[in-house]
Amino acid sequence: MTDASVTRNATPTQAAPTRPLWTLARREALAGSLFVAPQLLGVAVFVLLPLALVFWYSLHEWNVLANTFEFTGVQNYQALLEDTTLPPVLMASAIFAAGLVVFNLSLALLLAVLLNQKLLGITAFRTFFFSPVVVSLVAWTIVWGFLLQHNGGINGVLKLAGIEGPNWLRSPGTAMASVIVVQVFKNVGLNMILFLAALQGVPRELYEAARIDGASAWRQFRRITLPLISPTILLTSVITVVGALQVFAQIAVLTQGGPGQSTTVLVYYLYQQTFQFHRFGYGSTLAIVLFAIVALLTLAQWQLRRRFVFQEQ
Amino acid sequence: MHGRLPPRTQAALYGLMCLLLVPFVFPTWWMVTSSVKPISEIFAFPPQLWPTHADWSSYQQVFTLQPFARQYWNSAWIAAVVTLGTLGVASMAGYAFARIRFPGANALFVVVLTGLLIPSEVTIVPLFQMFRAMGLVNTHWPLVLIPIFGAPCVFATFIMRQFFITLPAELEEAARVDGLGRFKIFRTIALPLARPALASVAIFTFLHSWNLYLEPIVFLSTPSLFTLPQALTQFTDAYGGPMWNIQLAAATLTALPVLLVFVVAQKQFIEGLAHTGLK
Repeated sequence: MTDASVTRNATPTQAAPTRPLWTLARREALAGSLFVAPQLLGVAVFVLLPLALVFWYSLHEWNVLANTFEFTGVQNYQALLEDTTLPPVLMASAIFAAGLVVFNLSLALLLAVLLNQKLLGITAFRTFFFSPVVVSLVAWTIVWGFLLQHNGGINGVLKLAGIEGPNWLRSPGTAMASVIVVQVFKNVGLNMILFLAALQGVPRELYEAARIDGASAWRQFRRITLPLISPTILLTSVITVVGALQVFAQIAVLTQGGPGQSTTVLVYYLYQQTFQFHRFGYGSTLAIVLFAIVALLTLAQWQLRRRFVFQEQ
Repeated sequence: MHGRLPPRTQAALYGLMCLLLVPFVFPTWWMVTSSVKPISEIFAFPPQLWPTHADWSSYQQVFTLQPFARQYWNSAWIAAVVTLGTLGVASMAGYAFARIRFPGANALFVVVLTGLLIPSEVTIVPLFQMFRAMGLVNTHWPLVLIPIFGAPCVFATFIMRQFFITLPAELEEAARVDGLGRFKIFRTIALPLARPALASVAIFTFLHSWNLYLEPIVFLSTPSLFTLPQALTQFTDAYGGPMWNIQLAAATLTALPVLLVFVVAQKQFIEGLAHTGLK
């Protein structure tokens, strides 16, 4: 049809029919570009441009209050090395991430194994274990903050048992552990569901064969379940670590980084330096550090995923 | 197949699960009951599981101390617009990357995926400066535009692409033979089939927007513009200490509607969020 119309419009001197302007390939190209345009433009303006800017800012001494913006080269990066607060901050981030991963994953796996049993009403349990995921993050954090007060509900229950509880959020030894626990119960439901799906993917015949061979339940778990769900364990670990590095609201609400610097994680430190001390240049340098860590971990996850998907095939 | 477990094992498993349930369920219970406790009972010893009498005054104060109804509306409409916008942008981009062969598609997809490497915490400083230059600080624009077009949407695009890739090509072939354009095919064939993926993205995006905390406290300074997470922390006394019963009442009002929707549609929530959990 298109060919016919083009031939009709062609001048008599052109013997061969010209190619139609809107070939299928061109229409596809146009449609494709239009479909992805909003997302592509969005990424350019709200992700890539700010990333370039944050790098540019990190090369400047920039104090908003004093209204100074001077190019200082790598000076902020040198300041990074000399910043005596930074090692404890990175340490706090590492402790938070490590504690979260260990506690979150072991609890998620335990819950998934329990939910994988054939029991009446198991769906109701699944719903309850999952419910904190949909509770507003700050609401959840406030309630736990309330429970963890020195004269709060948790110490009240402990006192009934004759134990004098610490001031959870204000003692150096317990503040970080408290923040980790609050975060684990908030989000462990997500990993629990991922593990449950992985457990249900393990072929039943393997367990039957093992049982015939007289393997105990624990041995079956160690030798069959764990190896077969190891891809899920790796993936949830990385997802949980990346999530842990972005934690902010919980710290801001529960401890404000204290006592001392014990719960000042990287994003909270970045926020303090930038928006409380108005050091936008140094704040940007900290953002580059955060970017480097998150990007490395995410790339590692993609690599691992590719390898495991390959192995599964 | 597994047989039924022996009764004693069953009882032990139920007992263990009920014990484990406490830290998941009790905080919500404590939040709701403490929000109607008289102020004298808030820190009473022994802890009161049930208030001696319901004192609803904290719920009145929630609305008088702050423009809470307005803040509720702010959170609700921002979450609604962000969810709809993300569904539009992500489903179109995801569809194109999965189904349309066009030059540069793979390279562009890699460019978009870089958004997954860059959490918004990294770019918050320049984003603040950009919106300040446009005179849009202390408005809702950054809270709407950044999620719809920026890093959070990239994740949604990725989910949508993974879904559209699984659609069999024959479904579209017939329509293309009939001469239907790409947009028509997308809207009348692909999109209706994508309902489960769209539901996942919608739930994930809504919760993300509803929970957003860093962006509001960076961009907003006028209480009538605040969103809920930010407003919750503002119920403090003259010394900056939290007014617990009022905070808990506000927290209850924030958490309960979503929890109720979850209870009704828990299957969609759990499957949807588990689906998006696997990046």
